[in-house]
Amino acid sequence: MSSTTATLRMNAKQGLNRADHAPQGLIGAPLDRKEGPLKVSGRAPYAYEHHPANVAFGYLVTATIARGKVNGYDFDAALAVPGVVAVIDAGKRTTTQAANTSSNPEQGNDHVTHYGQPLLMVVADTFEAAREAAAKVRVDYAPEEGGRFVLAEEAPKAKTPGYPFFNKANMNTGDFDGAFATAPVQVDATYTTPSQIHAAMEPHAATASWDEAEGKLTIHASYQMIGNVAAQLAKVLGIKADKIHLMSPYVGGGFGSKLGLNPESVMAAVAARALKRPVKIAITRQQLFGISGRRSDSIQRIRLGAEADGRILAIAHESLVSNRDGETFYEPAGISTPTLYAGENRLVSHRQAAMDLMISVSMRAPGEAIGMLALESAMDELAHTLGLDPVELRLRNEPDTDPQAGTPFSTRKLAKCLTQGAEAFGWAERKPQPGARREGDWLVGLGVAALSRNNYLSTSSARVRLTPAGTAEIETDHTDIGTGTYTILAQVAGDVLGLPMDAIEVRLGDSTLPKSSGSGGSWGAASGASSVLVAAEALIEQIAKRLGVEADQLTFKDGQVITGNRTMPLADAVGPEPLEAEGTIQSGAVQLTHTQVAYGAVFAEVAVNAVTGEIRVRRLDATLAAGRILNPKTARSQVLGGLIWGMSGALMEEAALDERRGVFVNHDLAEYHVPVNADAPAIDVTFLEEDDRYANPLGVKGIGELGICGSGAAIANAVFNATGVRVRDFPITLDKLLDGLPD
Amino acid sequence: MPLSPQVAPGGSAPADAPQRLSVTLTVNGEDHALALDSRTTLLDALRDHLHLTGAKKGCDHGQCGACTVLVEGRRINSCLALAAMHEGDAITTIEGVGTPQALHPLQAGFVRHDGYQCGYCTPGQIMSALGMVEEHRQGWPSHATGSVADRPALTREEIAERMSGNICRCAAYPNIVDAISEFAGEQPA
Repeated sequence: MSSTTATLRMNAKQGLNRADHAPQGLIGAPLDRKEGPLKVSGRAPYAYEHHPANVAFGYLVTATIARGKVNGYDFDAALAVPGVVAVIDAGKRTTTQAANTSSNPEQGNDHVTHYGQPLLMVVADTFEAAREAAAKVRVDYAPEEGGRFVLAEEAPKAKTPGYPFFNKANMNTGDFDGAFATAPVQVDATYTTPSQIHAAMEPHAATASWDEAEGKLTIHASYQMIGNVAAQLAKVLGIKADKIHLMSPYVGGGFGSKLGLNPESVMAAVAARALKRPVKIAITRQQLFGISGRRSDSIQRIRLGAEADGRILAIAHESLVSNRDGETFYEPAGISTPTLYAGENRLVSHRQAAMDLMISVSMRAPGEAIGMLALESAMDELAHTLGLDPVELRLRNEPDTDPQAGTPFSTRKLAKCLTQGAEAFGWAERKPQPGARREGDWLVGLGVAALSRNNYLSTSSARVRLTPAGTAEIETDHTDIGTGTYTILAQVAGDVLGLPMDAIEVRLGDSTLPKSSGSGGSWGAASGASSVLVAAEALIEQIAKRLGVEADQLTFKDGQVITGNRTMPLADAVGPEPLEAEGTIQSGAVQLTHTQVAYGAVFAEVAVNAVTGEIRVRRLDATLAAGRILNPKTARSQVLGGLIWGMSGALMEEAALDERRGVFVNHDLAEYHVPVNADAPAIDVTFLEEDDRYANPLGVKGIGELGICGSGAAIANAVFNATGVRVRDFPITLDKLLDGLPD
Repeated sequence: MPLSPQVAPGGSAPADAPQRLSVTLTVNGEDHALALDSRTTLLDALRDHLHLTGAKKGCDHGQCGACTVLVEGRRINSCLALAAMHEGDAITTIEGVGTPQALHPLQAGFVRHDGYQCGYCTPGQIMSALGMVEEHRQGWPSHATGSVADRPALTREEIAERMSGNICRCAAYPNIVDAISEFAGEQPA
């Protein structure tokens, strides 16, 4: 078998490639998901849905204090439960949710750092026995006073965080203080957001089997990034990563909660090895509210100083966020502020407070999701203060180049998104005076916000194989967490190799396959699809060599290879042995020389009941410019989800904290409010033509998070336009409106 | 592994052993004789004992709808039902609705309209929609119905209201309504 490797490092803007010719018409076509029939028929197996012979069931015992020591455990009553196999005390290996960047996920179970921390696992022949026994484990705690649960109280002790994957925590340019003090028009507003929970529909789960002879672990679990997690799991278990076969071909939602190693995988692996028997476990929904990680709460102060015509002179975004002791990740709430609007005098800062709550991790659009909520609310406050249309205010503050870094934008169509979106939405009907439009009991308001999400490329590899049958196989440890990975990778390979979708098989989410970027940060499509492009082009080189021609003389279409006046089936060109190539994409110099951001504008119409304060979002209209769109069907779905998440952050989501005990008291899907079908408004999504070859060779940008990066503010601004009440303490619930509603 | 886990073995005498019941469940037209812990939910019987994992466990508390199946044609949260309560009932799971090679029209509609993303809530959405369309056909009103005396059309608003017991965290809701709306429009009134 012939096998080659090829790497593309993004050190320069890329030109056209075979994927641009799109002989099969796949790229840019709204194709159905490849794995769709399996999902809708209940045949796609998720992590818990494997049935090794003699499998035992695990159930976690979790901490019922937030801070203290564990003196000891009493297992007797638990062990007396019929059907119980064992209580697993993994000691130092016990983990709670780990950051994806953590090199040391171990945590131990002799001290408690947050309520709900995993301590032990009961294993039984049945789920029912394991659950009963877990409730009968007695833990002798020595609780410690002085729990740190309230962000505002911890502010004096907060420190500047360091995390290598974001912009610097603090950025200054010009003289903010001087310029703000003398600015003719000023806004100085502080916004707060609570902890939020990912609440993916599939609970974190694992099915683990240990092969004693081989010293090898086979584990089905639910993760967004396979390679990193396999390495973390190996470290905790004290074995080599190649002794772990981790599989996540189907992931029931992640949103950041499945980026790093989860405790159930460790406990299932430890138990399967110790008991010489396969073990499966799914963390319960209630337990997940103490385990799966949270989006940090935040206190964000935004100051805008402007000329009377709206031009910004000074802009500051200062954020206080929180995490556990020792974690470097922080919620970068100010991440869009350096680049979004013009202004010579700028200040962006982040401070992090240590708290005795579960770990803060990335949650869909870490930073922008809550940062754009605050920044774009403040822009609306500025527009109102100026008596200027909010769209016009934003247009007047369009920068020519990145106002912080000074670098050119790779592409930037925010202005077009705003103007075209305004037209499509009917923005001209908006009454600038709040509370001016009433329909019966309902106050109706319109709002706007920009969408902005930094664009990333992450190292990613994929293997593409052409078989003697003339079909293709794509193999990578990449994941499809609902994003459309299976489909878009096949679209790219098909258009490069001239194959229809059904001639391409895609294998994902398997630690034995080439390491990918995984799904996170909205880089999955750009990184994964680019690696497939690189691999497929390397395959074409192999075929050219076999045929003794130059690659550029070959055309691939409909399973045929055409050169000059010769046409032959791809199968004949491949020959009797498969051809294989592994392609790798890496970020490079252009990620520094050009500021890369995906943009959009979102318009919202809300109705607020003048009597009850009930808020209903009637419609959303989003116009986005995010590079080429590989698949408008799956891309639109990503945007729908993002927009609704933005709505949810503005109006619903709050992990309600018992400030005495550090417990998130609304720890289930009835009390932690996420949108249901009846909450979803009518939504229009428009993608502008864009092609960004500074971003990657396919010209695409990340789209999975863009919708959430501002839509909440558009809704909050519409609530203000409807009622005249500006709520700065999110979520905006009706109790916060009632006192201010017009008579 | 340098550190061994502390394993406290169980297996003491079953003095107060949980009651085990013989239950025959009729699922997708087939009878299955099971010996179950009396506390076994219908959902866990389907998933852990019959390996019909199309019905999903999202919350185990009747809050998300991922476990929805039809019992005698009615949609229920199978996590809130004990298996033993449904002996003799006709139970339909997603596996009994269609196969990847021969999808039910509603399943095909979910694929065509992209009425899902991660897919975990999807079987529950589809089972719930099948039950919902039948409830509507029988004249059941909903919160969105103007007057209970009227026979409401299955508008987008009615569908969204009647499907609000099924959470989709990916928020594919507009597409879910598209898929159901198209399917319902093709059904005899």
